[in-house]
Amino acid sequence: MQVINSSKTYDVAIVGSGAGGGMATKILSEAGFDVAVLEAGPFFDPAQDEYRTQLRWPWESPRRGASSDRRSFGDFDAAYGGWNLEGEPYTEAPGTRFAWFRSRMLGGRTNHWGRISLRFGPLDFKRKSIDGLGDNWPIGYDDVKPYYDKVDKLIGVFGSRENIKNEPDGFFLPPPKPRLHEMYYIKGARKAGIPVIPSRLSILTQRINNQRGSCFYCGQCNRGCSAYADFSSGTCLIFPAQKNGGKVELFTNAMVREVTTNAEGKATGVNYINKLDRKEHHLKAKIVVLAASACSTARILLNSKSSIHSDGLGNSSGMVGRYLHDSTGASRAAFVPELMNRKRYNEDGVGGMHVYTPWWLNDKKLDFPRGYHIEVWGGMGMPSYGFGFNPNDLNKITGGSIGGYGDGLRDDVKKYYGAVIGISGRGESVPQKDNYCEIDHDVVDEWGIPVLKFNYKWTEHEVKQAKHMQDTFEEVLEASGGILMGDKPGKDRDYGLTAPGEIIHEVGTTRMGKNKQTSVTNEYNQLHDAENVFVMDAGPFVSQADKNPTWTILALAWRASDYLVEQVKKRNI
Amino acid sequence: MKRRDSLKTLLVGSVAGGLMVSGCAPRTEKDTNVPEVPQLPGYGRNEAEKAHDAKVLAESFLNEHELETIAVLCDIILPSNAEFGSATDAEVPEFIAFIVKDMPRQQLPIRGGIAWLDNHSNKLHNLAFKACSEEQQKAICDSIAWPGKTAPELIPGERFFTRMRNLTLTGYFTSEMGIKDLGYEGNRPGVWDGVPDEVLKEHGLSYEKEWLAKCIDQSKRTEIAQWDEEGNLLT
Ligand SMILES: Cc1cc2nc3c(=O)[nH]c(=O)nc-3n(C[C@H](O)[C@H](O)[C@H](O)COP(=O)(O)OP(=O)(O)OC[C@H]3O[C@@H](n4cnc5c(N)ncnc54)[C@H](O)[C@@H]3O)c2cc1C
Ligand code: SF4
Repeated sequence: MQVINSSKTYDVAIVGSGAGGGMATKILSEAGFDVAVLEAGPFFDPAQDEYRTQLRWPWESPRRGASSDRRSFGDFDAAYGGWNLEGEPYTEAPGTRFAWFRSRMLGGRTNHWGRISLRFGPLDFKRKSIDGLGDNWPIGYDDVKPYYDKVDKLIGVFGSRENIKNEPDGFFLPPPKPRLHEMYYIKGARKAGIPVIPSRLSILTQRINNQRGSCFYCGQCNRGCSAYADFSSGTCLIFPAQKNGGKVELFTNAMVREVTTNAEGKATGVNYINKLDRKEHHLKAKIVVLAASACSTARILLNSKSSIHSDGLGNSSGMVGRYLHDSTGASRAAFVPELMNRKRYNEDGVGGMHVYTPWWLNDKKLDFPRGYHIEVWGGMGMPSYGFGFNPNDLNKITGGSIGGYGDGLRDDVKKYYGAVIGISGRGESVPQKDNYCEIDHDVVDEWGIPVLKFNYKWTEHEVKQAKHMQDTFEEVLEASGGILMGDKPGKDRDYGLTAPGEIIHEVGTTRMGKNKQTSVTNEYNQLHDAENVFVMDAGPFVSQADKNPTWTILALAWRASDYLVEQVKKRNI
Repeated sequence: MKRRDSLKTLLVGSVAGGLMVSGCAPRTEKDTNVPEVPQLPGYGRNEAEKAHDAKVLAESFLNEHELETIAVLCDIILPSNAEFGSATDAEVPEFIAFIVKDMPRQQLPIRGGIAWLDNHSNKLHNLAFKACSEEQQKAICDSIAWPGKTAPELIPGERFFTRMRNLTLTGYFTSEMGIKDLGYEGNRPGVWDGVPDEVLKEHGLSYEKEWLAKCIDQSKRTEIAQWDEEGNLLT
């Protein structure tokens, strides 16, 4: 089949419309560039009824919101795809494990993400200086701070000014008041001597402009907000960029296979497959911005081979795909007898926790490096498929019998509704050169593109951190008045440490650095090997702090876009 | 709706659990009429999902006998009370009929479980389970409804009953009736302004003053935020 050539040459081709791609679209189109955005998934706008899942009832779904191979987090979640993508597999090297979550749609994973929006702190960019492990970033907090400030104001984030050493404050909207189970958590944390502060989520508790509404507390940010009161890339970056009169052309269902390059090794555009008719196209562009998410971008680079870039574009160092790392995770739940037989009221709140615990032991010597924060969940949420399973298992604790049938089951379910608190740790791992993704030459996806193969193993550092989490969880939950549920996972189960990838904070595959031999991009997300190619997702992260990555993706994409504009003006690109 | 009527409509794939059917010819084996095209009202599906739903809706898996047995079990597990209807009133069998088609992993345990149950009741009473008297049905349920107390040879029955209990309760509490029964009050636009005072009091809790001072004053939620250079909110 012949490749169909675009007649037009765009100033910039942006691959992927998630956090990084959305920010690049906004900044570069507003700088006057003619931009093409290529997104492998279909269009999505939560304000239009045909896409809307917000405020729907469980019975509107014939499977009552259950998860499926088509939506891993259930029918109402705003992520098409997930752990499984029909026709687009990936593989794992024997004996290793990596779970890869992908959402295929305009806005990528920012439609359903948790909205936890944390800045990295000064220590987070320089961890090697502290513990000697891994590498420092080539940049520091002061380089990124102005961009965090701008992201706060452009997109909106609630939180509180706390003046905690490695948890920089920003331009916050006021947070919502804690819910009842969160009050129990606060009580427990105070007793256990662990800090707890209002959470920091990109949700508008107050308006920030006339284009977006303020939150009306449905607790469903993961479904995408029809009032645009939470951050997603489509609603807050791409649509506004289009409305501001920017030259933004959107190519949905456009699966990019490779970046094309010329005899000097410079990018000339991208080849993509239109998923609707399966035809291959070449789109010409002067500059290419890759923001397909850390692993997808690595895949595109590794599949972009030419005589000059014989191991893949940007890969003269052999580092593309290496240093892949995810956050650590572990959880525990407890039953709180005082929360039985609760009075009913609407406590949906925002679509996420109202309080959390930032890492508190930076100054303490521990048997593992780096730290974790604690997230809190619970409450009287909306039922969906799975609600009511094992309706009276908690009788084990309160002394009733388990199982049975009849009207009493109703009472059991109602009695225990909202009586469980859960907490989860999200921590920093130490990036390893030997944890990586590469091309699996044995397998192609349905578009004929060779797929990724993952090689990933945790080290002792992460396992020990999970152990510390479990000990902390027990202490806080018991101090909250909770009775621990399930067994404490021990060494045999790596202390409940989640499998790599499961926390969905995968970063590091095109890490930035000053040394071309050990890094893929420079400190402005620009490929060492091709100056007109930039990576604006989480690939350039040198290390992933215990802070969720998206606020930093956004800040770095803005910073890189400013640099790109400046370099074009100076005629350096 | 009476259990019988509801089952009839279920078998012809008509109005069930929010399903709409365009065309109303019953889908029987010998039927030569134009096949009906069952459809769901939109709930935010993409194209692949629409195609999947349409395919599942057009299939059938459980037969009449199986569906009737499920309906009997559903109402034993969750009968009506003074305020709320039974599981079949909440159209739980319709939900289970769909789920079994949609989740192939449910098919063998449900089909096999019903067959086990009939086999067991045949041995005891020479009757299929659904044809047993209510007393006989409940006696059988008593022998398989209490995990940990089940005779070893009845364990397959216990497994099946546990599955049915789970599906029945989840079907009920995700129905309109069940959500009302549960008392869930959300899923509507509102303004969260903290735990009601009387609830805090009942739990012996109160908001810390310093904490409250940081929180949103809900009268300002529609004002456009502005900050000073340090990040202090001015509005
Ligand atoms: C359940 C969940 C909760 C999360 N919660 C948080 C949180 O609270 N805080 C936080 O900071 N982070 C969170 N994250 C992570 C966050 O979603 C990601 O960090 C962020 O979305 C990454 O942005 P991105 O631009 O790199 O990629 P994505 O958002 O993944 O977007 C990439 C886009 O590129 C497209 N694409 C991929 N390959 C191609 C190709 N070959 N051609 C064309 N297009 C392509 C994809 O379809 C996708 O739309 C969460 C993630 C999940 C799944
Ligand atoms: S909780 Fe608020 S921001 Fe989130 S979806 Fe609901 S209304 Fe929108």
